[in-house]
Amino acid sequence: MDPVTRRCDSHTVALPDVSPPRHNGMQQLDPVIWFFVLGVVAGAARADLRLPAAIYEFVSTVLLLAIGLKGGVELARDSGGLPLAELGGILLLGFVLPLPAFWIARHLGRLERADAASLAAHYGSVSVGTFAVVIGYLATRGIAFEARAPVWVVLLEVPAILVGIVLARGLSGDVAWRHLLRELFLGRSIVLLLGGLAIGWLAGPQGTESIEPLFFDLFKGILALFLLEMGLIAAAQLPTLRRHGLFIVLYGIAVPLLFAVAGAGLGRLLDLSLGGTTVLATLAASASYIAAPAAIRTAVPEANPALSLTAALAVTFPFNIVIGIPLYERLALALAG
Amino acid sequence: MEQFPRRLLTVVTEAVLERELVAELEALGVRGHTITDARGRGSRGRRQSDWAQDGNIRIEVVCEPALAERVAARLRERYYDHYAMILFMQDVNVLRPDKF
Repeated sequence: MDPVTRRCDSHTVALPDVSPPRHNGMQQLDPVIWFFVLGVVAGAARADLRLPAAIYEFVSTVLLLAIGLKGGVELARDSGGLPLAELGGILLLGFVLPLPAFWIARHLGRLERADAASLAAHYGSVSVGTFAVVIGYLATRGIAFEARAPVWVVLLEVPAILVGIVLARGLSGDVAWRHLLRELFLGRSIVLLLGGLAIGWLAGPQGTESIEPLFFDLFKGILALFLLEMGLIAAAQLPTLRRHGLFIVLYGIAVPLLFAVAGAGLGRLLDLSLGGTTVLATLAASASYIAAPAAIRTAVPEANPALSLTAALAVTFPFNIVIGIPLYERLALALAG
Repeated sequence: MEQFPRRLLTVVTEAVLERELVAELEALGVRGHTITDARGRGSRGRRQSDWAQDGNIRIEVVCEPALAERVAARLRERYYDHYAMILFMQDVNVLRPDKF
């Protein structure tokens, strides 16, 4: 077995420890974050740098499977099962979060109903990329978290998108629900996370040894490539950011902070570990930039797609991975008292 | 060599619509289509094909002129208001009329 995998108790897991935490200035930042910065800088300067679409797909596929597999292996080690009250609470969070996100956009931002609903769907839902970064962050620090955390991602991804569509359309609206639900539940992230969980759980720690080199040992390197591409994509949103201005920036920072408090509070209430509370706070703070944009584009076509996508990608994602995650860890620590 | 006149319908639009449009085409009775990733610039700004989320696609259909008109009318009615979409037609000749 991987000698650096730590297990603090039977429910928790940390990914391989890559380097000891350092606290001297710039080195404190996880090296993978610098790849994101490189992507943003190169993109903004219009450097000749572009990962082919197929590489992005591959890299994100490996990340999703690795996250699922790791969780599944740990669940197989410990047959404690899934606590239903906790999962129910987190599912409920997914339905509730879009409501304040909508209200703030509609009343404080004075946005059109469709645009406010679109923002609500994006900010109520979650970003798997941000989840991968918080997992890497906790692993580097040797902080354990619940093995079932990938299940939280699955629970939080879809509800907010449904609420967002209902906020825009009403319950009776002309939405092709059957088609939409199919697209949402068979989306890449859900299929790969659950598939990885199932394979990890079925194969167990011994069974997955043969695929460890790709999925576990290379995790941070793959994450670095993913973040490089995310930086390039975020930089491509900068012209839109300039057009929509201050509101998007304020919204994209204030709403995550607010939601992180809600997520951390729920984590505390559910008696999650310090790492688990940090993960849940980060998930609540994160905004979807894959599942939500695609679903909203087809179900609420009159919403401006650039508005929500730019807020999620160019403001909230960078804010969360650079400033947010360390902040949410401190918040979880403070709540743990 | 005998040639048969048909209409080539080209649609450039948002990649997010791909599945929905393929279903529309089939429902209207189109027998085949070709889809390629596309990028370019238009009234809705620069669109790149390197990220599926905001990429463009180009759909090409060769069919009877009447069917091409029906497809064009349907797409205009349903998608022009809210999506980035352009559509144009050309007369083409084919060698195997039973395919189109």
